This record gives sequence, structure tokens and C-alpha cells, in this order.
Amino acid sequence: MRPFTYERARTPAEAAAAASRNPGAKFIAGGTNLLDLMKLQIEVPSHLIDVNGLGLDRIEATPEGGLRIGALVRNTDLAADERVRRDYAVLSRALLAGASGQLRNKATTAGNLLQRTRCPYFYDTAQPCNKRQPGSGCSAIGGVTRGLAVIGTSEACIATHPSDMAVAMRALDATVETVKADGTMRQIPIAEFHRLPGDTPHIETALERGDFITAVILPPPAGGRQFYRKVRDRASYAFALVSVAAVVQRDGTGRVALGGVAHKPWRVEAAEAELPRGAKPAMAAILDGAKPTHENAFKVPLAERTLASVLAEARG
Amino acid sequence: MSLRINGQARAAEIDTRTTLLDTLREHLKLTGSKKGCDHGQCGACTVMVNGRRVYSCLTLAIMHEGDEITTIEGLGQPENLHPMQAAFVKHDGYQCGYCTPGQICSSVAMLEEIKAGVPSHATSDLTAAPRLTADEIRERMSGNICRCGAYSNIVDAITEVAEKQA
Ligand SMILES: Cc1cc2nc3c(=O)[nH]c(=O)nc-3n(C[C@H](O)[C@H](O)[C@H](O)COP(=O)(O)OP(=O)(O)OC[C@H]3O[C@@H](n4cnc5c(N)ncnc54)[C@H](O)[C@@H]3O)c2cc1C
Ligand code: SF4
Repeated sequence: MRPFTYERARTPAEAAAAASRNPGAKFIAGGTNLLDLMKLQIEVPSHLIDVNGLGLDRIEATPEGGLRIGALVRNTDLAADERVRRDYAVLSRALLAGASGQLRNKATTAGNLLQRTRCPYFYDTAQPCNKRQPGSGCSAIGGVTRGLAVIGTSEACIATHPSDMAVAMRALDATVETVKADGTMRQIPIAEFHRLPGDTPHIETALERGDFITAVILPPPAGGRQFYRKVRDRASYAFALVSVAAVVQRDGTGRVALGGVAHKPWRVEAAEAELPRGAKPAMAAILDGAKPTHENAFKVPLAERTLASVLAEARG
Repeated sequence: MSLRINGQARAAEIDTRTTLLDTLREHLKLTGSKKGCDHGQCGACTVMVNGRRVYSCLTLAIMHEGDEITTIEGLGQPENLHPMQAAFVKHDGYQCGYCTPGQICSSVAMLEEIKAGVPSHATSDLTAAPRLTADEIRERMSGNICRCGAYSNIVDAITEVAEKQA
């Protein structure tokens, strides 16, 4: 790890101010992704702002009937919250399908959204990677691509976003709330929060330098039956090959977001009109324009079958 | 800086970069917590912070001023074993023993999570209290890898302790 200085922020605005003053600064929350990457010198902050003492660890009801989840709420506590289990089961399920008990006890809501890709070349500092080192090239294209994206890719990057939680947040239409050093707040719809790689895969979100996430807001419950089905190489403690977050209503309408297929949680609202007609037409519309590689082409039929199994359970 | 470890205040002079694991092992000579992968993938470094299990390799010591840290040394000693340590011995819940301190810290905290009603991926009804089944134990212990494959004996040891507690 490279040397760094360390401070504890006392308010969100103070944290944001410290970050905008100091170009080499990073926030540290649970630390489970940042420290991993710092050990490999993929992240090299010169200053760490510890945001654990800010009191953003509460889940509160909003006047609109939704929930306001503090940025520092741990994944374990969010998944275990009674209101989340009852009204936003897809979110509980997604969190519980991710990582391990020890990691979920540390991982935070904001940190989870901002975790970085698991592309093997991103982790291998001996290889070119546009995301790690802009302009150096993409080793994945033409390389080992089994776990990588099938849609929304670019010539510069074909990585996926690894979060399970974010996929559920996308299906639930969550909003990310941020604050800047001068106190201005922004509300960023989750659909606009994560970006596609384009020719700047190192820019992953709509956040600007110094932006500090204070909360993630859920709208009133979507009702229906809620599912998070994750397909992976082992039964637990592994990232998704493909995952399906779904909210299915009695009449067969609903919403679907996919994990493991793109640089962001993948949802195509217009395609959801096909849902009552079944998984085949729905997935064809959701993954319309997919450009898989020969190694990850299996993800397309896998996504369809995973959705089919969710829809069968929803009916049953 | 000062840390509270196994009920005692301990002072350590460390770099900001020092993980909790390295502080325990290299500075305080509490070598029960093991370094396996050092990247949060194996669970050998599991300790409890304020009663919750975490990977000590993926957190910095300076972030834990004022927290109560419990390591395997704090759970029990050879002459005075914690019930979970005794159960691992009885059921042969290891071969080489390298992952064992992490397995034991993890399982003790895991049983508290079930008691507190924390659900898991293996919980079929999210709105009901989680039940203590072998499937639940396996899923909840997936963050501790055992390269010797002592898993079935580990599940037996944990089940026995859980049943005695119930
Ligand atoms: C072995 C292993 C397996 C895993 N498996 C899974 C899995 O199956 N599914 C899954 O979804 N995840 C998985 N994870 C990833 C895990 O979920 C993330 O590491 C975790 O959610 C990150 O949260 P954190 O609070 O620890 O973030 P940190 O590491 O503290 O921070 C991550 C990033 O977010 C920034 N940040 C943190 N808080 C804020 C804030 N409030 N405002 C602005 N920026 C902020 C930090 O500066 C940093 O850049 C796994 C991790 C490991 C190590
Ligand atoms: S896919 Fe993206 S993250 Fe992976 S090597 Fe290419 S640029 Fe880097």
C-alpha cells in the first residue's frame, strides 16, 4: 500500500469539503473494496477521509411512504430491516446473495454502489486496462471474457458492475442523494447513477469530485412478488454470472433488472411490456443489441432461463 | 494508538496503512488470527468487532479506536476453552488447523446473528425468524474457506453448540 494521511470527518459537508480540497483524497466507509484495491496499488489515494462516524447509519420512513437509507447503513442491517424484508424483499434477497456474512457486516450502502469491477485484467496491474489506466488499451477484448459484459459494451471496455444490491435498487427505482462541499444536494436517479463505459470507462458514475453520498432513497413499496435470482459458479460467496431482480404483479406485469451482463445494472423499461407474454419475448427485448463474445454468449440464454424460472415461481 | 482487545487496553505504534490483522499479529503478537489470502476471500482472519464478525485483513487499525475487539485468544484458552472451541476439538472440525481460529470466531458471531433474526440467502421466508438448519449454517459460514474440507465436521460442531444454547 502507498502511504496516506488519515482524518475522521464529522459531518457530510465536512467530508465533501475535505475531498474537494484534496485531489488525492478518497472516502473510506467499510473499506472492503477500497483497501483490497489499495493493497494492489490499483487505488492509490494520498489521503483517506473516514466517514464512519457521521451518524448516517439509520433507515428512516420518508413522508412519501418510502425509505431513506443512510449511506453508512451496513449491508447486513439493510437486509435484516423488517420494512425492507416485508416491502422490498428483492433488496434483502440481493444483499443476502452477495459476498459473505463478514463482508456484509462491514460493507455500506454507498460503498456497495461504488465497488469497482471484478474484470481480471483490471486486477492485473501488469496488463493494459483502460479503466485502470486510461488509454492503455483493453486486455479483456480478445482475452478471457467468460465473466464479462454482453450488452452496452464499447471498444474501450467490456467490464461488468459486480454489485447485487445495485441491481435490486435499479428494479426499485431508487434515488442516490449526494452533498457537495458548499452544501448543495443532488438527487440522482439510480438509472443515471452508473454509466456505460463508452470511451471513458474510468468514469463510472455521475458523481463529481468531492461529491459525498448521504443516502439512497426508496420510493413507496412496489408491491407484487419480489425475486432476486443469482446464478454463479458456486452456491455462495461468488459474484454473479447472471442475476435477475424482478417485481412481478398478479396480472403478470412487472419490472426486471439484470446483473452480470453490463457495466451497470441493466434495465430496459420499454421491454417490460413483454413480460406478461413470457420470458422469451421479454428477454429478447431486454437484451436486444447484445454483443456477447464466444466465451460469454451463454449468458444470453442463461438470462432468459433465469427469468423463466422467476416468472414460473411468481405464477405458482 | 490505543485499542481495546479481549477486554484490555493495548497500545500500538503503527503506520496509517496497518490493517487490524497485521496490528494483532505483528505488533501485539496475537497470532491466533491467521493471514490466508489478505484480500477478504478466505476468512482465516475473522475477528469480532463489537460482537460482529469481520475480516481483520480488510480494515485499518486506526479505524477501530474505541471498538471492542475479540480474537480467538479472547474467546478461550487451552485450559478454559470456549464451548465452540471444545466442540471443534470433539468433532474434529479441522485437519491442518489454519482456518480454525477464523471458523470459530465466525461461528460464534454467526449464532448471535441467527438469534438476532438476521436472515440469510438460505432463509426461505424473509418475514419469519430464521431457523437453525444445516443449510442455514452452511450458507452463513460460506465466508470461511477450509482447504482441508472439514466442512461436515464443522457443521456438526456448530450444530451441537447451537442446540446446547437453545
Ligand atoms: C471476496 C469478496 C466477495 C464479494 N462478493 C460480492 C458479491 O457477491 N456481490 C456483491 O455485490 N459484492 C461483493 N463484494 C463486494 C462488496 O459488496 C463491496 O466490497 C462492498 O459493498 C463495498 O462497500 P464498503 O463500504 O466496504 O466500501 P469502501 O471500500 O469503503 O468504498 C468503496 C468506494 O466507495 C467510496 N465511498 C464509500 N462511501 C462513500 C460515500 N458515502 N460517498 C461517496 N463515496 C463513497 C469509496 O471512496 C470507495 O471508492 C465482495 C467483496 C469481496 C472482497
Ligand atoms: S474490460 Fe474494462 S476493466 Fe477489463 S481490461 Fe478492458 S478496460 Fe479494463
